[in-house]
Amino acid sequence: MDLHSISITLGLSLKVAAWATALNLVLGVGVGFLLARGRFPGRDLLDTVLTLPMVMPPTVLGYYLLVVFGRQGALGGWLQSQFGINLIFTWQGAVIAAALVAFPLVFKPARAAFEAVDGQLEQAARVLGISECAIFFRVTLPLAWRGILAGLLLGFARAMGEFGATLMVAGSIPGQTQTLSIAIYEAVQAGQDDSANTLVWLTSLVCILVLLAAGRLAPGRIAHQHRQ
Amino acid sequence: MTDDGQGPMMRYITLCKWMVAALLATASCSVLAGQLLVSAASSLTNAFREVAALYRVQHPGVAVALNFAASGVLLQQLDKGAPVDVLASADQHTMDLAQQRGLIGARRDFARNSLVVVVPVLVPLVNPGQPALSSLADLGQDAITRVAIGNPKIVPAGRYAHRALQAAKLDLQAKTIQTQNVRQALDYVARGEVDAGFVYRTDAALMPDKVKVAFEVLAGGTIRYPLAASKHGRNAAEAARFIDFILSPAGQAILAKHGFLEP
Repeated sequence: MDLHSISITLGLSLKVAAWATALNLVLGVGVGFLLARGRFPGRDLLDTVLTLPMVMPPTVLGYYLLVVFGRQGALGGWLQSQFGINLIFTWQGAVIAAALVAFPLVFKPARAAFEAVDGQLEQAARVLGISECAIFFRVTLPLAWRGILAGLLLGFARAMGEFGATLMVAGSIPGQTQTLSIAIYEAVQAGQDDSANTLVWLTSLVCILVLLAAGRLAPGRIAHQHRQ
Repeated sequence: MTDDGQGPMMRYITLCKWMVAALLATASCSVLAGQLLVSAASSLTNAFREVAALYRVQHPGVAVALNFAASGVLLQQLDKGAPVDVLASADQHTMDLAQQRGLIGARRDFARNSLVVVVPVLVPLVNPGQPALSSLADLGQDAITRVAIGNPKIVPAGRYAHRALQAAKLDLQAKTIQTQNVRQALDYVARGEVDAGFVYRTDAALMPDKVKVAFEVLAGGTIRYPLAASKHGRNAAEAARFIDFILSPAGQAILAKHGFLEP
C-alpha cells in the first residue's frame, strides 16, 4: 500500500471511531444516567441487554445489523423507501457497527460514575433553587466527567479496532469502508505481508497513543471515584 | 511437588509453566495421525461436505476435517505452514503459485464450472426500476448501483469476473462490493443488498428461490478445478486415497449432483 491509500485508510478509521464515540457520548451518557438514577421495572434487564454487544461475537452483531438495516430489513427497508437511505456498504454503516460494539464500554463506566456522585451536592443545588436540567449539567456531569471520559476513550479504542461486524455490514471498499483492521485482514489474506506490517505498526501506534491519552486525562481519579 | 522452601513467586511461575505445558500437549494431540485435513475452495462447500461424509462411511477411522475459504486464502494458509493434506482450488492460478512455491505434489483437474451473473429474485419489490440484465454491458447502466465481486487478489471467481470485465472494457470499480469469497457475493445478492453479483453456476443453484441467473459470463477459457496433495501434510497415503475417491465415479457423482461438470 502506498502512503496515500494508507493515509486514507487511517483517516477513515479515525472518522468512523470519532463518529461512533460521538454517538456513544450522547447515548451512553444518557443511558448511564437513566440506569443510575431511574427506578423502573426491568432496569436490570435493560442493563443486561445493553451489555450484550460486549459479550456476543461480532459475527452475531453483524448479522443482526444486516438483518435490521438491510434492504429487506425492517428498519433498512423503511429507510430505503422513505428517504432512499441505505446504510449497508457505507461508512455510516461502519459507524453504527462500531458504536454498537463500543456502547457497553461507554455506558457502564458512565453509570458507575453517576452512581458515585454524592447526592448531597445535588440536594444542596436543589435547595439553592437551580433547575433539574442545570443541576445535571453544572453539578452531576462535572462530578462524573472523569469516569465518563475514561469510558469514552476505551470506547474509541474499541471502535478503532472493530472488525467483524464492520466487515459484514460495511464490506471492504477501499477508500470508502475499508478501515485499518479490515485492510490488515485483506493484506494478510492476499499474502501482502509488507502492507500488513506497515498497517499493524500504524494501528499499534495509534492504540498506544489513545491509551496514553486515557492515562493522562484521568490520573488516579477514576480509581478513587469507583472505590467509594 | 517439592516446592517447599520456595517463595510464592516461584510457585506461581511453576503453575504458569504447567498450564502452558498442558495447553501445548493438548494441541499436539489434535493433529495426530488418522486425521485428514482438506482445504477446499468456498464454492465446493456443499459438494465436499457430502463427499467427506461418504468417505467417512467408506473409511471408518479416518477423521476428515474440511477447511473452506477463498482459494487465495487457502494458499496463504498452506504457505504459512498449515498442516493441510489436500488442497482443492477453484482456479489454476492458485495451484500454479502453490506449485512454484513447492507446496504441493502432482495435481489433477477434478471438476469444471462456469461463471454467471446473478440478480436477486426479490428486487422488483424493492427496486422496481432495475432493468433486466442480459450481458456484461448492461451492468454499466446507472440503474445498477452495486455489484458484488470476489476480491480478485484471493477469490478466483473475482479474478475471472475482472478478466471478463477487462475484455469487455467495462470499469465497474465505483459499483464494486468486494467480497472475501464467492459465497459472500452470493449471500449479498440473496439478501438484495446488491443489484447483481458474480458467482459460479453451482452457487446460484443453491438458492433458486432467492437468486436467479441473468446470464453466463465467458471468463476467457474453461474454469477447471485442480486438486493436489500438499507437501506439508501429515498423512500422504490417506491424502492420495482421498484424491482418488474424488476422481472415482462415486466422488464424481456427488460433484455432478451439485452441478459441477466432469473435468
